[in-house]
Amino acid sequence: MKSLLMKHFSGIVLAGAIFVALLAPITLPAQQAKPWEQIPTPKLHDFKPHQPQRIELKNGIVLFLQEDHELPFVSGSVSIPGGAREEDAAKAGLVSLYGQAWRTSGTVKLSGDALDDLLEAKAAHIETGGDVDSTALSWDSLKGDADQVFALAMELLFHPQFNAEKLQLAQQQVATEIMRRNDDESDIASRESAKLVYGANSPYTRQPEFATIGAVTVDDLKTWHDHTISGKLIVSISGDFDPAAMEAKLRAAFEGLPQVKAAPPRHDTFAGPKPGLSFIDKEDVNQSNVQIVGLGTDRHNPDVPALAVMNEILGGSFASRMFQKVRTELGLAYAVGGSYGYAWDYPGEFHALVLTKSATTVDATKAALDQIAGLTTRPFTDEELARAKDNILNSFLFRYDTREKVLAERVRLEFYGYPPDYLESYKAALEKVSVADLNRVAAKYIHPDKLAILVVGNGPEIKPGLDELKLGPVQTVDITIPMPKQQATSEQKQ
Amino acid sequence: MQRNNSPWIYIGVLALMLAAIALAGARAQDLNSFEQRITTKVLPNGLTLVICERPEAPVFSYSTFIDAGDVNDPSGESGLAHMFEHLAFKGTSQIGTKDYAAEKIALAKVEAANDAYEAEYLKAVGRDEAKLAELKKAFKDAETEAHKFVIPNQFTDVAERNGAEGLNAETALDETIYFWSMPENRLELWAWLESGRLADVVPREFYKERDVVIEERRMRTDSNPIGRLVEQFLATAYVAHNYGRSSIGWPSEVSQINATEAMEFHKKYYVGANIVVAVVGDVKASDALPMLEKYFSKIPAGPKPEEMTTIEPKQFAEKTVAIREQTQPFYLEGYHRPDYRSPDAEVYDAITDIMSNGRVSRLYRSLVRDQQIAAEAEGFSPFPGDKYPGLFAFYAVPLPGHTPAEMRDAIHKEIDKLKTADVSDEELAMYKTRTRADLLRGLADNQGLANSLAQYQTRYGDWRELFLQLDKVDKVTKADIRRVANEVFVPSNRTESWIETEAPTAAAQKDGGAQ
Repeated sequence: MKSLLMKHFSGIVLAGAIFVALLAPITLPAQQAKPWEQIPTPKLHDFKPHQPQRIELKNGIVLFLQEDHELPFVSGSVSIPGGAREEDAAKAGLVSLYGQAWRTSGTVKLSGDALDDLLEAKAAHIETGGDVDSTALSWDSLKGDADQVFALAMELLFHPQFNAEKLQLAQQQVATEIMRRNDDESDIASRESAKLVYGANSPYTRQPEFATIGAVTVDDLKTWHDHTISGKLIVSISGDFDPAAMEAKLRAAFEGLPQVKAAPPRHDTFAGPKPGLSFIDKEDVNQSNVQIVGLGTDRHNPDVPALAVMNEILGGSFASRMFQKVRTELGLAYAVGGSYGYAWDYPGEFHALVLTKSATTVDATKAALDQIAGLTTRPFTDEELARAKDNILNSFLFRYDTREKVLAERVRLEFYGYPPDYLESYKAALEKVSVADLNRVAAKYIHPDKLAILVVGNGPEIKPGLDELKLGPVQTVDITIPMPKQQATSEQKQ
Repeated sequence: MQRNNSPWIYIGVLALMLAAIALAGARAQDLNSFEQRITTKVLPNGLTLVICERPEAPVFSYSTFIDAGDVNDPSGESGLAHMFEHLAFKGTSQIGTKDYAAEKIALAKVEAANDAYEAEYLKAVGRDEAKLAELKKAFKDAETEAHKFVIPNQFTDVAERNGAEGLNAETALDETIYFWSMPENRLELWAWLESGRLADVVPREFYKERDVVIEERRMRTDSNPIGRLVEQFLATAYVAHNYGRSSIGWPSEVSQINATEAMEFHKKYYVGANIVVAVVGDVKASDALPMLEKYFSKIPAGPKPEEMTTIEPKQFAEKTVAIREQTQPFYLEGYHRPDYRSPDAEVYDAITDIMSNGRVSRLYRSLVRDQQIAAEAEGFSPFPGDKYPGLFAFYAVPLPGHTPAEMRDAIHKEIDKLKTADVSDEELAMYKTRTRADLLRGLADNQGLANSLAQYQTRYGDWRELFLQLDKVDKVTKADIRRVANEVFVPSNRTESWIETEAPTAAAQKDGGAQ
């Protein structure tokens, strides 16, 4: 609902740049002065990101303590391995329902509603949620309420009381999302393009349906909970607290738990998309949402630093190739960009997009495809490399300019099993990327013939038509929402 | 699944801080502590600098707050302030050009060619299509010629290469803000870039950028069901004031804005007295001020633009907007309320909080939890702006099988309770506690703080009001809430709007069916 309040933005986004200046030396007069180059850049003030204290308990649970006394608040979280990719396909949506109903149901001692009253009166929060690979419990409060809120959070972690009413409430929320999932063009485009990459029934993209959420029971939630909290929990605390007292409190809460169980390895297969052009017709729009997708990689891949630099050149900044060409030079789009994605423990997506008026769908798609293909045919220049590195390295600081960010990063690295100095070695690797690396990774990873293209737009308005793209027969994607019998009847009455 | 290439960035910091505003009070972070860390300086040209020292990390954020937005667009030129904002990323006479002297001449030719084309295009009688095509070509040629002098995106490129993070701008109805964060050792470079673009903007690539803005309209408004509804809702709720006008611009108007108009807007509104620049982070005011003064003094002085005379007349007719289309149902209504200077401003905030904030709120408990007819229900205010009298709005998202009419009736029942019975002591206390905590939480964020300081300095002439409002929040009573609810939430002051789901036509059903 943010969109109601959303103000419009300019700016933004991506793009690349074959500097027209470099390519077209036309009849240019003497170089214009560059006054900004005369402005000194003093040495940056010394700064060492404040690392949290890491404590590994004997049972394998890991604690992180990050003191920050600027404001009188304490916050914490418990990350729990296991998420939507582990749920039963016949119960797709379970983790989402669990993430809601866990908190709203409350604890054995205190109902969720009573918990709401108690916490909100203190401007405090305890929340739960589910994601693709994990679930989490988090809390925050003013310092003075921190002990009580921590105790309540532990109560919710160890003694939850899932109940049918709150499960039903969560089911209604998810049912509303299902019912509305074809209203917004960009939602359709990102959801359906991901399905092209991973497959419609993949653990990474399968979607909840009325039938699958209806199949979830209170027992399913309990079973999920009991199973996942025996995994390797990561507990992190930040804010205005006394570290010795906090450590003692955390040990008391977590040290007595049994040895953590390692998560079973996953055996996913990722074939990547079937190349070709797909189309979804939407009659109430005047702009096409074009998605160009393929399979990406994961961060264990040593080519990730070079790919990150390549991404910056393709679509990461105002000066990137896509932004420069499609938006600035052609004026065909407000939103345009693209990158070769890398996730933490599974292959991300190659994902480019351009949003353009119906009539220029073909032109804009061609222009975007041309920039993607150009990664392998138009060699990278020293100028592009230098710019991309400047962009990434000079703003690298913003990955750890608050203690909160440093903590979140450490938790992430711990969760996915990366070394604690990952960010430093990643930065060092970025600094070493060369033009040869860029040309090598582009040749290795960019395969325009393996990409799938999805256009969501207003069919009759798209002229010239999509066949002009000459990408073979256009596959129409069916996004009809499977209605439960009851719903279908009431829909027809309207 | 994470998708890491979101194509545009939306930072709602300003809106969040505004909502949260109300107060401050903790000991460690009270007004005194800020008094010691904040330096304010009004330059001879009228521009105000606000510097807040927060050396937690070697970075700073800034917010340039222009006291003009799309509410100030002249008649027939809706979307102009936003169009100008895009221009402010295109560089100046010193950056973004290969030869400004020659470019200036070429740009004048572009403008003349556009004028000639428009004159023919707008002829009511006797438009010559052949001539029009010729003029269009002449315009395109002039544009191509001018483009030869452009170094595209050089302004943003220099900023990004020097570590700019979150570089963006936002045009609201009431104001335009520009912002980013940078390593602290780039402060002088930033001052050069920012003061340069405020003082010395060039209408470079204007017409290409106009196409980009029209795409932005298609994305945000035309191709989004809620976007379409909100535009119609505001156009109906207002009969005189510019809050009723499309903020991104009506298609016919935004597509005909020209560079001359944009430059006139700049000349009138981008004057020192209309600008506040706030910088928060690892900056030492005593060291930085002389340098900042040097750069920001380049901005022309000029008088503070005159205030608009239009005041929305009192509504006496209840109004409705119904959209019937193939999207899911939605309900939105609004009541006119006074502007941010009203002595009741905090009373409206209290009503928003009690009706809408979290799972304890009245609308959640009634419509979502107990009646189970809505997935979401909230009130929010002021909308679409706060500088002039805006609306107190309510919306609800029906659960499958429920209708906008049910949302309306259920919301009205909750509003009636506000009018006929006092809120509880607990509800009022909760509002005050949460407001204080939310303000405090916002203080640890350089960008959010910069936006708030610039905004309060502009709106109240003193950033301290950010903290002083705490007193007003504390003074809100149950009787105030009941009084205001009875004054404002009446049918003759209301505009209702909704989306009703229309069954697909036979043809569409066929097309959309399974393959």
